[in-house]
Amino acid sequence: MTKNYLKLQFYSYPRNQAFARDAVAAFCVELNPTLAELSDVKTAVSEAVTNCTVHAYRDEPGLISVECETEDGKLHIKVTDSGKGIDDIDRAVQPFFTSAPSDERSGMGFTIMQTFMDEFKLESKRGEGTVVYMTKRFKTEVENA
Amino acid sequence: MTVTGYLKDKILYISLSGEMDECSAHEAREKCDKLIENNSAADKIIINLSDVAFMDSTGIGFLIGRYKKASRLSIPLYVEKPNFAADKILNISGIYSLIPKV
Repeated sequence: MTKNYLKLQFYSYPRNQAFARDAVAAFCVELNPTLAELSDVKTAVSEAVTNCTVHAYRDEPGLISVECETEDGKLHIKVTDSGKGIDDIDRAVQPFFTSAPSDERSGMGFTIMQTFMDEFKLESKRGEGTVVYMTKRFKTEVENA
Repeated sequence: MTVTGYLKDKILYISLSGEMDECSAHEAREKCDKLIENNSAADKIIINLSDVAFMDSTGIGFLIGRYKKASRLSIPLYVEKPNFAADKILNISGIYSLIPKV
């Protein structure tokens, strides 16, 4: 199958979270994901986009971009913000770590992205923003001859 | 997200329906807490998740928040019928040791 590409850009309003995860799910349907795989992708995208809303753009709304590329049964996702950035990446990805405990945050966002996707990478610079890279490999079903 | 509840045999049954994310959690928290406050004599609270079509880690924070509220009133909290995806998230978080699944 030839490569396919999607780019979404939207403000970090909470009401856009559902739109973003549903759009990515619709985009990767051509890779014939199972319902469980589709659900993993939706959840991981929701986590990444929610982080932009509640952390990167905590003080004022900003633009989030979500780029997707499909290739050979794989979906690559890149979520970019130009928000405040992460001070300590190693600490941020620890399970149950949250910089906003008073908001009933679980601190499990990055853990879920890592667990639900096959590849995960995080880049961030204080004051400049954060980029999350994730890849999901879909198990292609063996067709009967 | 819709939140409904009723008391039967001293058990407060709360049902959540819809998508649980950062956007919907605030309203769900308020409605849920009101139900808990209005039924503080309950022996037990069971939150039914069968109609939660989507849930991200916001759901973990949401349930821990309600657990703390119920604990202050000495009421044990349980969840029931999470779908496959919600169950996966709740399992990873280890939340079932605090809030058992019935």
